[in-house]
Amino acid sequence: MLERIGVASVDVLFDDIPSNCRNPKLSLPPPLSEPELAQELARMAARNRSVAEMPCFLGAGAYRHFIPSVVDHVVRQGAFATAYTPYQPEISQGTLQSIFEFQSLVCELTGMDVANAGMYDGASALAEACLMAVRITGRRRVALLSTVNPNYQRVVRTYAEGHALPVDVVEPDAVMLNDGHACLVVQHPNFLGYLEDVDALEKRAHAAGALYVVVPEAISLGMFKSPGEYGADIVVAEGQSLGIPLSFGGPYVGLFATRGEHIRQMPGRLVGQTKDVDGRTGYVLTLQTREQHIRRERATSNICTNEQLVALAATVYLCAMGKQGLRRVAELCYHKAHYAADRIAVLPGYSLPLAGTFFQEFVVRCPRPPREVNAALLERGIIGGLDVSERIDGGMLLCVTEMNSREEIDRLVEALSESRLW
Amino acid sequence: MSEGERHEIGSKLSFDRGRPGRWAVSLPDCDVPLAAMPPSSLLRDELPLPEMSQPEIVRYFTNLACLNYSVDTGFYPLGSCTMKYNPKLHEDMARLPGFAAIHPLQPVEAVQGALALMFDLQCFLAEITGMKAVSLAPAAGAHGELTSVLTVRAFLEHRGESRHRVLVPDSAHGTNLATVSTAGFHCQPIASDAQGNTDLAALSAALDDDVAALMLTLPNTLGLFDQNIVEIARMVHEKGALLYCDGANLNALLGQVKIGDLGFDVVQTNLHKTFSTPHGGGGPGSGPVAVKAHLAPFLPSPIVGQDENGGYVFEEPEHSIGKVGAFQGNFGIVVRAYAYIRSLGAAGLREVSENAVLNANYLLARLRQSYDLPYERRCLHEVVFSGSRQRAKGVHTLDVAKRLIDYGFHPPTVYFPLIVDEALMIEPTETESKETLDAFCEAMLAIAREAEEEPDLLRNAPRTAPVRRLDEAAAARHPVLRWQKGERA
Repeated sequence: MLERIGVASVDVLFDDIPSNCRNPKLSLPPPLSEPELAQELARMAARNRSVAEMPCFLGAGAYRHFIPSVVDHVVRQGAFATAYTPYQPEISQGTLQSIFEFQSLVCELTGMDVANAGMYDGASALAEACLMAVRITGRRRVALLSTVNPNYQRVVRTYAEGHALPVDVVEPDAVMLNDGHACLVVQHPNFLGYLEDVDALEKRAHAAGALYVVVPEAISLGMFKSPGEYGADIVVAEGQSLGIPLSFGGPYVGLFATRGEHIRQMPGRLVGQTKDVDGRTGYVLTLQTREQHIRRERATSNICTNEQLVALAATVYLCAMGKQGLRRVAELCYHKAHYAADRIAVLPGYSLPLAGTFFQEFVVRCPRPPREVNAALLERGIIGGLDVSERIDGGMLLCVTEMNSREEIDRLVEALSESRLW
Repeated sequence: MSEGERHEIGSKLSFDRGRPGRWAVSLPDCDVPLAAMPPSSLLRDELPLPEMSQPEIVRYFTNLACLNYSVDTGFYPLGSCTMKYNPKLHEDMARLPGFAAIHPLQPVEAVQGALALMFDLQCFLAEITGMKAVSLAPAAGAHGELTSVLTVRAFLEHRGESRHRVLVPDSAHGTNLATVSTAGFHCQPIASDAQGNTDLAALSAALDDDVAALMLTLPNTLGLFDQNIVEIARMVHEKGALLYCDGANLNALLGQVKIGDLGFDVVQTNLHKTFSTPHGGGGPGSGPVAVKAHLAPFLPSPIVGQDENGGYVFEEPEHSIGKVGAFQGNFGIVVRAYAYIRSLGAAGLREVSENAVLNANYLLARLRQSYDLPYERRCLHEVVFSGSRQRAKGVHTLDVAKRLIDYGFHPPTVYFPLIVDEALMIEPTETESKETLDAFCEAMLAIAREAEEEPDLLRNAPRTAPVRRLDEAAAARHPVLRWQKGERA
């Protein structure tokens, strides 16, 4: 090959690099063979206590749900996993059609007109939704309910910073918007697990001429009204609940849907149906004039991925659960969470400080600092809830899903009643 | 697959498959007393999802997969995308329950293995790039770009400066321009010179104290190393601006040079491209950002650090730009990158860049007789040809690309970079054998002959793919973006 190229050595091919910077010393561990690598990583993985080995009552934006085997068997297929962005549609119909499925499923789930092919995660999807609302309304203020996931709030602030957009945090029962507000963001169920008064909030947003941005929990849509039914203009959600491993926080996929009139202001990839020259149905990337590779600095976003393999997993999950399965999962979460809440509420020293309807998460007030309670739970082989004592005195946010058996819940209740004595 | 079978797959979506009442998963009965249901005004009536059995699902998606071209099926020289073969072992490693089944908010004492892995990868990436600090938070290359530019903005603002423009050479990745806008800066393109380097006169004219940074893709999208880099770094820093490297093409430089040694202040790396994650049809990836010490306090949260006892903890940099995602990045991709670096070591990484560059130059040498080479230089990891000679015969680069499909290859990137007329951007990657490269060259040479002798073969290509050329204009004019009840395709 060198002869064909006409050089004496591979080194010559790098001659453009300044010679004083060439061939630096790299201090890295020595290479490992395949079996050595497998052992090393298994050893590191074993230093983590996984939710596969112990009951887990953590939620707060990432949820442990049952993942049917069929999901990973589809996703691992090399023809899906080792393809790339379908720039050549003639040989990418598998990816394109599965994106069209994803868009369709997200529309049905959220009750919206159009959905894109996916965003990085729920939080960055929300930030993009706020920027989209600013573009549509020509207004510069973003209003978030205080009950929106604090990590989501932080991501919105990071994105808003670049454009110097003011971000207002408002209380659900005291929403005051004006003609400077581009949108009102409502998480439903909210960060603490409870349903918001979505109809009243819709009126508040629209009365001020702001867009109504709703962040639902994906599984909750199996039983609760869809945001499309209560007037949302943009819906974003974390897709992790839909068959995606927890994986310490990623990769996940953000769902993003809106009303038909806003299609051209949407960020992200879109697939459309069309015909080939022989009249066969096929799918292509479309409305790409919104996207970075065509519109360049005037694009609606710089995003250049749709987390496709994760979106595919969510697609297969929704097909596998289907109409009956998703409702069943949602109802199991609901009933089990209420069973747990009812039992904890009557423990001496514990109470439920919040009123209202909740789905699978709820806040418990603990008699001791939640951090200490969690440490005691961990010693008993249980992953407890999230410490929210900064918001609610003694507050712990617990999550119960279909994965928590009655026995696990009873173990939690028993351990909590003990930990009070510590 | 027969025409009829293909038609059955392509024209029937999941909603039109299966039968009412079917589902693919068995779930347990409720083992707790039923709670009172919420008022019906809060509940939905319709849940219009598919109703398919498990075999129906597996067959549908497996047949869909058969319509895809992929690295596992053949050579995929899509320029700028680094479509290399990635070891299957890494897929298994990312799925170990100790990695895949840990919750992002678990107490750090229960996830020390995950934090150790993240800490080590931060160190590896700092060593490879010659930088001081690394954030693994960005979820993709373009996300890493945005994070980098926001980090630059925070650094400058902390210094009390308000600068408004970012310079981007016209040989940069296309995402860079959109990134600059998304970060709230004004984007100013800088021309390339006749050698494919950044034009120093154009740069000099544009540089002033309103410029926040220059974003340089290295090697650039022509596959060329900027020969003026030392001078560029001097000029940029002299004006108090920062030098940013789009490190998406790092597989060309692994072990050959450290980005930091060249004077760059910040670089984003694309783990999925350089460090082995299959591209998934369009993600997920991961785009860590590496910076020199002066930018470290501004990186996004969290960074993995060590406490006095050697335990691993999450830390928030002092003047952090905040969070860029809900949690701590795409950990599953981080595991694969860690596995890749541990399996290769320093010498192995160096071999990666040698093979990537050797392969690209071999293609350059074999194809230059038949395709125009716009810049008379040897390349690094990819080579960009122009289809201008073929266009003179009435055949376009798009036709060359489509004809390659008939020969069993994925086409290169086409019409990018924009500064090359009828561009064909070919990246063979380091994992391809000489036999594969030769077979590809034979096809490219045959197509060049066909362009002369039988141009309709190109214009009507592809003939062998599951579908022929699709009407993209109609798709954009009358967008059909979802399944509709009662409408069969």
